[in-house]
Amino acid sequence: MVEQRSFICVTCPVGCSIDATLLDGRLLEAHGQACKRGLDFVKEELTAPKRVLTSTVQVRGGVLPLVPVRTRTPMSKGRLLEVATLLREIVLEAPVEEHQIVVRIPKKRGATTEAIEIVTTRGMMRGTEG
Amino acid sequence: MKTTPWDVVVIGSGPAGLAAAWAARQRGAARVLVVERNQEAGGILPQCIHNGFGLRVFQSDLTGPEYAGRWERHAREAGVELLLRTMVLDISRSTTCGPGGHTVVAVSRQTGLVELEARALVLAMGCRERPRGALSIPGTRPAGIYTAGTAQRLVNIEGFMPGNRFVILGSGDIGMIMARRLTLEGARVVRMLEILPFISGLRRNLVQCVRDYDIPLSLSTTVTQVLGRDRVEGVIVSQVDNKWQPIDGTDQMLECDALLLSVGLIPENELSRMAQVALDPLTGGPYVDEELATSVPGVYSAGNVVHVYDLVDDVTENGLRAGRYAARYAAHGASAYRARLSIAGDGSVHYVVPQHIHPEALIDGPISIEFRVRQPIEAPVRAQVMAGDNVVLSRRLRYVRPSEMVTLELEPSHAARLRDAQSLRVCIAQ
Repeated sequence: MVEQRSFICVTCPVGCSIDATLLDGRLLEAHGQACKRGLDFVKEELTAPKRVLTSTVQVRGGVLPLVPVRTRTPMSKGRLLEVATLLREIVLEAPVEEHQIVVRIPKKRGATTEAIEIVTTRGMMRGTEG
Repeated sequence: MKTTPWDVVVIGSGPAGLAAAWAARQRGAARVLVVERNQEAGGILPQCIHNGFGLRVFQSDLTGPEYAGRWERHAREAGVELLLRTMVLDISRSTTCGPGGHTVVAVSRQTGLVELEARALVLAMGCRERPRGALSIPGTRPAGIYTAGTAQRLVNIEGFMPGNRFVILGSGDIGMIMARRLTLEGARVVRMLEILPFISGLRRNLVQCVRDYDIPLSLSTTVTQVLGRDRVEGVIVSQVDNKWQPIDGTDQMLECDALLLSVGLIPENELSRMAQVALDPLTGGPYVDEELATSVPGVYSAGNVVHVYDLVDDVTENGLRAGRYAARYAAHGASAYRARLSIAGDGSVHYVVPQHIHPEALIDGPISIEFRVRQPIEAPVRAQVMAGDNVVLSRRLRYVRPSEMVTLELEPSHAARLRDAQSLRVCIAQ
């Protein structure tokens, strides 16, 4: 069955509108992308959509009470809410380094994606607040 | 307490300020100081924990804190001095440090009141959000109404949830980013409303912040009343016509305990006014030229204080430029140009920056012309710079949107076409 679907690529801030033709759910042809990454984006959206997750975790004894974190690389879109909820339980001790590994979340059995690595996006010094 | 004159003093340590300071040092300015009111550098970036920063400047997809961290390190390694927790109170002309010298009065807990002498200044104070008062939304004055940026600070820096059930007014980037952030922290975003018939922010955010989380978005809709006495209990929303007037019979009550406003950013130019800098009512920021020099000799400005940008990479480019020319001014004084051309938007172009240029400056290199349109055109158009009836430059664009600033480059090769021009217009041709 042939199907037309529209996508807005999120790889860069341009946000190209890409129109794709699918046959039985598989990509036949796409146009509207300004660069090759748009095609990669559509292919991935159809098979295993990914997003970068950014959030915060608590810090004990730091200058500020929270430190921002990110997935090092894009993770499975379907697990975003699950991982965000998990991060609420984590408390780090100051001092914290930038790009320190906060937690490694194993991939689900049978999944094609890798483990999810969460790292801090800044350091946090020990302080009198927090 | 007066200090040894600085070559360049930069006000604000956001992306524009840090880039300007770094560029000033690269250009040879010996003493460069950044004055920052907050306890840490980075401007608004530390609370922008999402990614999408630095795709051009660093060829990387960084979060706000990572981008700010890199620029602070670059600046410090280049010998820039940073004065944190220090609030600038006043700027006035000085007679003791060169023709464009200024005295910056600032206060901090460590140093008390200081007077900084600067041969050149870069104003990089950024912008603030449009609040509810400016929108005149009728209704009660309960707790629970925040600008999206305030909510962002509460959630990402201070660790507070500003509510459980949100309505977001405005589809600007900050509103969309917060729609996602709040949902990830367990809140429910009931609806996002936008008074215009198109979104105000980037389309990538519509996907990754609104659609990804199944948050309903209503265009041509606004809040007509706030309900609740001590705390927000709900809002009345209505569809609007093309004159932004509510349409009878389209009222709906949405239950919520918080209303977030993402309805526009306003350049923060209180200090610019104190420095007698002339402001453009179209942008809310200073009139600038190709050097980002303001109407006051020795005073330059960069970043969101000039006009509101969409991408931090463009802010950085802007900051680099202002810093370079501020350093040059500190060393050599004003550039001696004869001709000056004003540039303005025509028809569907809302505003243009810089508002005037010196064509002779093209010898130094290209001049970026930045503009925004009033209405989106989702079809190929030509953006043109005209001198009278002559086309100076023309560029084909796949579309134009108010939410996406366009940059045209005036090249040295265009200098000949500017020779007899009286003024320049930027317009859109279909």
